[in-house]
Amino acid sequence: MKRDRTPEMIGIIFLVVVLSGAWLPQWALFILTIAFAHGLVALGLMLMLRAGLVSFGQALYYCLGAYAAGALGKFLGMSDIFVQMLAGAAVAGFAAFVLGFLLAKYRGIFFGLLSLALSMILYGLLVKNEALGSTDGFNILPSTLFGIRPAADWVRYCVAVAAAFAGLSAALLVHRYLNTPLGRLAPAIKDNEIRVEYMGTSARHAIHVKYVIAAVLAGAGGALAATNVGHIDPEMAYWTTSGEFIFITILAGTGNVIAPFAGALIFGVIHTMAYDLSPNTWQMSLGTALLALIVFLPEGLWSLFVRRKAA
Amino acid sequence: MAVILHARGLNKSFGAVTAASNVDALVEKDSIVGLIGANGAGKTTFINLITGYLKPDSGAILFEERDITRLPPRDITRLGICRSFQMPQLYSSLSVYENMMVGLGVVLRNAGRGGYFSRGRPQVPGYDAPAEEVADRILDRFGLADQRDKNAQVLPGGMRKLLDIALTMVAKPRILLLDEPTSGVSAQEKFGIMEMVLKAVRAEGATVLFVEHDMEVVSRFAQRVLAFYDGRIIADAAPEIALADAEVKRYVVGGVSRA
Repeated sequence: MKRDRTPEMIGIIFLVVVLSGAWLPQWALFILTIAFAHGLVALGLMLMLRAGLVSFGQALYYCLGAYAAGALGKFLGMSDIFVQMLAGAAVAGFAAFVLGFLLAKYRGIFFGLLSLALSMILYGLLVKNEALGSTDGFNILPSTLFGIRPAADWVRYCVAVAAAFAGLSAALLVHRYLNTPLGRLAPAIKDNEIRVEYMGTSARHAIHVKYVIAAVLAGAGGALAATNVGHIDPEMAYWTTSGEFIFITILAGTGNVIAPFAGALIFGVIHTMAYDLSPNTWQMSLGTALLALIVFLPEGLWSLFVRRKAA
Repeated sequence: MAVILHARGLNKSFGAVTAASNVDALVEKDSIVGLIGANGAGKTTFINLITGYLKPDSGAILFEERDITRLPPRDITRLGICRSFQMPQLYSSLSVYENMMVGLGVVLRNAGRGGYFSRGRPQVPGYDAPAEEVADRILDRFGLADQRDKNAQVLPGGMRKLLDIALTMVAKPRILLLDEPTSGVSAQEKFGIMEMVLKAVRAEGATVLFVEHDMEVVSRFAQRVLAFYDGRIIADAAPEIALADAEVKRYVVGGVSRA
């Protein structure tokens, strides 16, 4: 059996971010941080996808996480990046725990559309809410790290390192989870729920757990994105945001916990380049690039590595 | 002999169709019981009622004197009543070995072992060995060791059936209900498969109920026969007596095998 090197790889990636980050320009650090934020959301979606479920509304938790982080600064004056991420994760996780009782009953397109509907409800509520800035949203306090406010030039670097730490820790935890009996149940649920039930466990319960984990990850990702951008608005809950997360997840594939972050980074880079090259038709360039990736790598990015190993 | 399973006055109907009508049956521990009857006679309904897939309209099911009538299938499985399926229910995208490991994972989880924070390789209850070893041991008993790394989807029909039954063994069942274990298997292979299955199952000390249409298989392997007709049990006796019964001959034996 091949040795699993994922934990080592995660460690190396963290070191690379810490060391090279100091030399990277500000815009690159920004893209990197967003990639970790989006990667967190995609990591959760990957968990669901392994069990055969696609959530068209993961932006619900992304947005909840962002607003939780924002509210923390706006109403309590807290701006510590880790506290923000924890708050985002907790609020999103709690919401998913409650909504999970409903959603875990549904499969396939019904699950997808119900999750989409819930995210659009949040969007509607935020748009109508004047106290939270309505369609304009509101600005977030600059991040601090354990009570220390880094020098202006180093804020982006500190946020990127915090993002890498959060994202890669989550990857490591999820990686371990995938090797537990509950984690291994995902493809079995996708294949045959009747058999799962007759083996003595509840598929619905397993899906509920995965749904909450995915929301916790999305909430942390949303908080991270919010503090990185410095501004939040209801667009974060809009269905196109959910669509981007699904795209990243499909692009990454379900092969490995590092893949969602790689997928998010590639998506971010293509997105930025496309916008830079042709501001008016960036969606077309992005679409073409993603189409090519899907045609040539139907199993996602990770198939590149697997194929090379097999050869 | 001790009674392990007691079905008491089970009734179940689907609209105008009566699938179980006052079904009474006692199953003794360590026995091998054959369930016979034409299609639609109520054999699979009986299995579905016992394993919790269907709830009876009235009546009760007692497992070692404990009422299990309203429990969901997963709880009944956890108590040790397991079933195989007429159409094998496998995890078709996974390999034969992974199919076993999923099942063993559930068993470990239900025993409170192999959780997120546990270290090392936990022992599978009843087998006193780690899951990896138990998987290989069971596959070996069912003659599936050579198929270990094949995808469950590409297995030939007979082997799919065997894997379906092997999957029930992970939980170390007390009672095993086999729904047509030899259907879709050629006549020559039937005896071999039944022998292998019963040997493997009996090695773990399970009581067996099996649905079968081939009366030769029934008379050779069953110690007792329950004959179903129209949702009722029309005979409950040793195979030589049950198969000679006039009603059984008319509705079951004559109706299916010799038709």
